[in-house]
Amino acid sequence: MTLRIADRPAGADAAVAGYRRLLRRRVALVVLIALAAMGAFLLDVASGASGLSLAEALRALLAPDAAPRTTLVIIRDIRLPQAVMAGLVGMALALAGAEMQTVLHNPLASPLTLGTSSAAVFGAALAIVLGIGLPFVPPNWIISANAFVFAFASMLLIQALSRLRGAGGETVVLFGIALFFSFNALVGLLQYVASEQALQQLVFWTLGSLGRASWDKIVILAVTLAVTVPFSLAAAWRLTALRLGGERAESFGVNVGRVRLWALVRVSLLTGAAVSFVGIIGFIGLVAPHMARLLVGEDHRLFLPASALTGALVLSLAATASKLLVPGAMLPVGIVTALVGVPVFVLLMFGTRRA
Amino acid sequence: MSRTPPLSLTNVSVSYGRRPVVRDLTLAPLPGGRVTALVGPNAAGKSTLLRAIAGLLPARGRLELGGVDLSTLSRTARAARIGFMPQALPQGVALTVMETVMGALRAAPLPVPLSGAQVEMRAAETLETLGMDGLALEPLDRLSGGQRQLASLAQALVRRPEVLLLDEPTSALDLRHQALVMAILRRLADEGRLVVTVLHDLALAARHADHIVVLSHGACAAEGPPAGTLTADLLARVYGVEGRVETCSRGTVQIVVDGPAAGWPRMRGET
Repeated sequence: MTLRIADRPAGADAAVAGYRRLLRRRVALVVLIALAAMGAFLLDVASGASGLSLAEALRALLAPDAAPRTTLVIIRDIRLPQAVMAGLVGMALALAGAEMQTVLHNPLASPLTLGTSSAAVFGAALAIVLGIGLPFVPPNWIISANAFVFAFASMLLIQALSRLRGAGGETVVLFGIALFFSFNALVGLLQYVASEQALQQLVFWTLGSLGRASWDKIVILAVTLAVTVPFSLAAAWRLTALRLGGERAESFGVNVGRVRLWALVRVSLLTGAAVSFVGIIGFIGLVAPHMARLLVGEDHRLFLPASALTGALVLSLAATASKLLVPGAMLPVGIVTALVGVPVFVLLMFGTRRA
Repeated sequence: MSRTPPLSLTNVSVSYGRRPVVRDLTLAPLPGGRVTALVGPNAAGKSTLLRAIAGLLPARGRLELGGVDLSTLSRTARAARIGFMPQALPQGVALTVMETVMGALRAAPLPVPLSGAQVEMRAAETLETLGMDGLALEPLDRLSGGQRQLASLAQALVRRPEVLLLDEPTSALDLRHQALVMAILRRLADEGRLVVTVLHDLALAARHADHIVVLSHGACAAEGPPAGTLTADLLARVYGVEGRVETCSRGTVQIVVDGPAAGWPRMRGET
């Protein structure tokens, strides 16, 4: 007990001082990720097929009155909605993944691996292939509405099933995987009977693209985030405690069942909204939380914002790359995301292991 | 602190699903300011009973702390009076020791709210009393088995519960850490707290506990102070082993197990 290692705090005061230093460093890191995400967003707005220079694009963005009309139209009507959508979708999926991984005690949990995305595709496929949609929905919203309803319903179904079976993280994950395969099979069936045109549309929808971004969809997604994020942050300490195990958190006085239920409701809303507007972008929800965890740890007051911002950063970079990789063409961002994200993730893994 | 009132269990039954694990158990009141060891063979219902007292499993019957029916307390009120230390913490958690101990205070409302600075200080002080202040900023995953147990103990202790329930706090620990944990439990009991710990090791229970409850198939097989409760007859009856219980020159009960008891299910081919 008398032997102390030099750089370790000794005594309660030193432990508190050390903890505050660590916290300040991590807050600074979250701010840094936010700045990087902003930078990636601007880069996304400034890049594209029309050959505008970075300076021209930024000028149009910052001083719209002085910009030529064509530049303004490109920036305001095409690039800006897509870039904003990329940032918001990145945030929504990463936040959903982070909360999922915590409440299900499973590092592999994400909207994609638990079948939520597959459910959304099935909803979209019903609309595209069979023309089945919800009543009273305007025609150009039918696909999104279907996707949202199925994504949300799939999460509720998983919840209900695992409640019947006796709740627990593993049960939820197993039901999620069962759902993933079921919906994939159903989508396969619809693809098999689909007309050539419908098949093409469905495949394109599935790949995940920001090309469908529009301001009204952005408003819906932004409102969804604005509604869910405060609740996520309010639950930060409960979620942190949940990382120590359900029983442990319960013994602190946390109602674990309720925390898990509400977290999954938030996850359903975020995933449903994101997937229904842009299709499947699988990688973000799984890996952005892992990146955030490597950078700032799992104090959820920092981990949740860091996850969301990392998601925005990665998707903005991927969106930029999707416009630059093949000159003159815009690749579906769902494809590019993993191509951009995996190297970043691997670098980070090696970087933090050495440190 | 003042001495915790006794904890009494009357006609307590606990089930996992439809399978009854603890059946109609009534015990002599467990005394405050003492260390009670809950012992018994595998699947006797020790951990289940502990969880039921902690409020983690629903129980039938009466669980009372100083005459207060625990089932009438709210979730947070119960958690404020009763601390629980699970057998193990999950792996792969990217939290520092300090954060986990602070989390124990911040996860749910406390009876007397603490400021952010008070939470930090109390967490750090709790770690210091366990000699863990040097590891406050270490990630949970980089601790040894013994250090993890102490971190887990700190999470329970920081809430300053009157009743502390521990599920095999010494499992997988080396001798020094076993002795350390038992010394800490003794200190907590001396402060007036009511300590109940599940122990696998009868020798440890005999040496360190004031009061022993022996469970067998969900029922109480014996209870009382170690001397007189742990007997050769009990070893044969409950554990199915042939053993001797002796008192050493310093008055401590010692247990020597010689082998499986006669009549215990034999292995195939044995005569």
